[in-house]
Amino acid sequence: MSAIAGLALEEAYENDHRPVTVHKPKRKGFLLPIWGWLVILWLSSPIVVMIVFGFNDGTGRATSTKWNGFTFKWYQNLFSISDLTTALGNSITIAIFTTLIAVVLGTLMGVALGRWKFRGAGSVNLLLFANIAAPEVVLGAALLSLFLTLNIPRGYVTILLAHVMFSIAYVVVTVRARMSGLDPSLEEAARDLGAGPLVTFFRVTLPLIAPGVSAGALLAFAMSIDDYIITSFNNGSTQTFPLWVYGAAERTGGSVPPQVNVMGTLIFAFGVIVAVGGAVANRKRA
Amino acid sequence: MSEMTPYADVADSPSTADSPSTADDPSTADDPSTVDHPGTAVPAIRLIGIAKRFVSRRGTVTAVERVDLVINEGEFFSLLGPSGCGKTTTLRMIGGFEEPTEGQILLYGRDVVGVPPNHRDVNMVFQSYALFPHMSVYDNVAFGLKRKSVPTAEIRQRVNEMLDLVQLDGKADRRPRELSGGQQQRVALARALVNRPRALLLDEPLAALDLKLRQAMQIELKRIQREVGITFVFVTHDQNEALTMSDRLIVMNAGKIEQLATPRDMYERPASRFVAGFIGTSNILTGTVKTMDGTTAILETGVNESLVVPEATGLIAGQQLDLTVRPEKIVLSAEPPGPGLCGLRGRVMEVVYLGTSTQYAVKTAEGADLLAFLQNASDSSDVAARGDDVYLTWRPEHSLCLGQTSGAQLDEEAVA
Repeated sequence: MSAIAGLALEEAYENDHRPVTVHKPKRKGFLLPIWGWLVILWLSSPIVVMIVFGFNDGTGRATSTKWNGFTFKWYQNLFSISDLTTALGNSITIAIFTTLIAVVLGTLMGVALGRWKFRGAGSVNLLLFANIAAPEVVLGAALLSLFLTLNIPRGYVTILLAHVMFSIAYVVVTVRARMSGLDPSLEEAARDLGAGPLVTFFRVTLPLIAPGVSAGALLAFAMSIDDYIITSFNNGSTQTFPLWVYGAAERTGGSVPPQVNVMGTLIFAFGVIVAVGGAVANRKRA
Repeated sequence: MSEMTPYADVADSPSTADSPSTADDPSTADDPSTVDHPGTAVPAIRLIGIAKRFVSRRGTVTAVERVDLVINEGEFFSLLGPSGCGKTTTLRMIGGFEEPTEGQILLYGRDVVGVPPNHRDVNMVFQSYALFPHMSVYDNVAFGLKRKSVPTAEIRQRVNEMLDLVQLDGKADRRPRELSGGQQQRVALARALVNRPRALLLDEPLAALDLKLRQAMQIELKRIQREVGITFVFVTHDQNEALTMSDRLIVMNAGKIEQLATPRDMYERPASRFVAGFIGTSNILTGTVKTMDGTTAILETGVNESLVVPEATGLIAGQQLDLTVRPEKIVLSAEPPGPGLCGLRGRVMEVVYLGTSTQYAVKTAEGADLLAFLQNASDSSDVAARGDDVYLTWRPEHSLCLGQTSGAQLDEEAVA
């Protein structure tokens, strides 16, 4: 999922910093390409292993480390482990709700911070930076302490609150960047031509900051579905996909059922499709 | 300038900035919403005592200071001045993008202070054009009409008519970024005019175009304004642009109106040292009044010299006087000035051939630097060469009195 996050960030960044074409000096020889391919192999090997073992035949209690032949049966029996299915369902719905809430709130904040100077804007920007920079352990522990103090039972809702909390800053940052690059006279022109504030926002401002909003949404979704640390502090008895997988590995003494590989493969495929689709759309627009 | 009835001869009005604004106009003082003078058309735009001050942490900045102005229906009116003089702020207040700190803005007699831009019957052409990049040319132009819920068929007809008027028919499906600067400029114009505003506000719309295109667009703008007959309020810092296009114009400086006049009067009869320096090239001279003959001041000069300034009202002998002479009014000759002419002795310091004319820089006996432009007519050769001693002569009516010399005016010379 970090592939999405990376592309989203890159897109948000690119909108304000159109790359200058620099002529890089060419390097001959074969050492550098070989080194480059070795690094790519190293980085992608876990994913390759995961994809391959999703097709490995076996008993099904745990992924066999031996190759037993090719099979589609884990794809056919994807939802046969009900706890795992519930955990995946939780992860997906939490990611969707997180994205919706964080995008609405974050866009409003980003528009305000990108457009106007106002008292408190500096402090808000500092807080956003702190939110991004703070280690997850700190955020998770702080949230746990907050929920305990307020006596809020931990579960689905507290996970959602935590995810909105840590992903909102990313939406604000991408929207703010887009917004501050927007000519204020565009909105004035809309007002001049008879549009009220709401029509101006939906017809002019929102379409023009849409790349920033969608980049923020992708980031929020990816960060939510990824998250292990903060979630583990605040989940109570609710399981998400990463928590369940880690737990399963603990329970079985170092192995996970093959369905986990299949789900991982599907999530990865979804991420690649979104990232490539986003890149293509971005290229068309530019 | 408070008492400016729409068709008053404004050429003789001096600098307006410090005249009491509403003392002699009871209608503005009592009820500004009913400024309908019987028998006079209601002015398209009327500004009464408009002031704009920006408050920041570093203190208060006054952008516009008590401006009174009347702009008539169908007029091409320009606000001219150096950057930071308050002309754009004034325009933005008319459009509703800034609210005045003080004063009233009447659009056809209705006070619009506090009315948001979408409820004002004026449209604006922005300096950056502000075309919506995510919409086609057609949708840009149709934007205003769609907001007013005009029927689709009528929108189509009006948008197409307007694209014809600005010569962009066939470009309706393009995106703004696919058009050249001049074409974008015309889309911006069409997008504003299609709404049939009661006045069109233009904020330096030609500033981003190169010289050739700018001159072509100046003619184009005048043509469009004649065809649609809408009041144009045009902000520019380019004096040539303002002079060639306007019916009337004001020159602004430091948030105040320096002068309101027709282009010809603005050039021929500048009311202040600032205007004389800002519009065209001016020779500004300072002298001491020797005697007064009615309203004509006769200044102290050397032998064979003569300097008289008509319409120097209110001056007495011994006072210092500023006057200006346009360079093209000056004639160079070897002989002293004839009777009834003004004349000063000087030495030619520089001769510059400019094609249609030749420019002579002359230093007078008193040490003042004057410029003279002489037309290069078919039979003339250079009348003087560098180092020649000459007489600069001109008719007395071309000596324009800029009033008594004061410290403040001397400071403004640096700006001019």
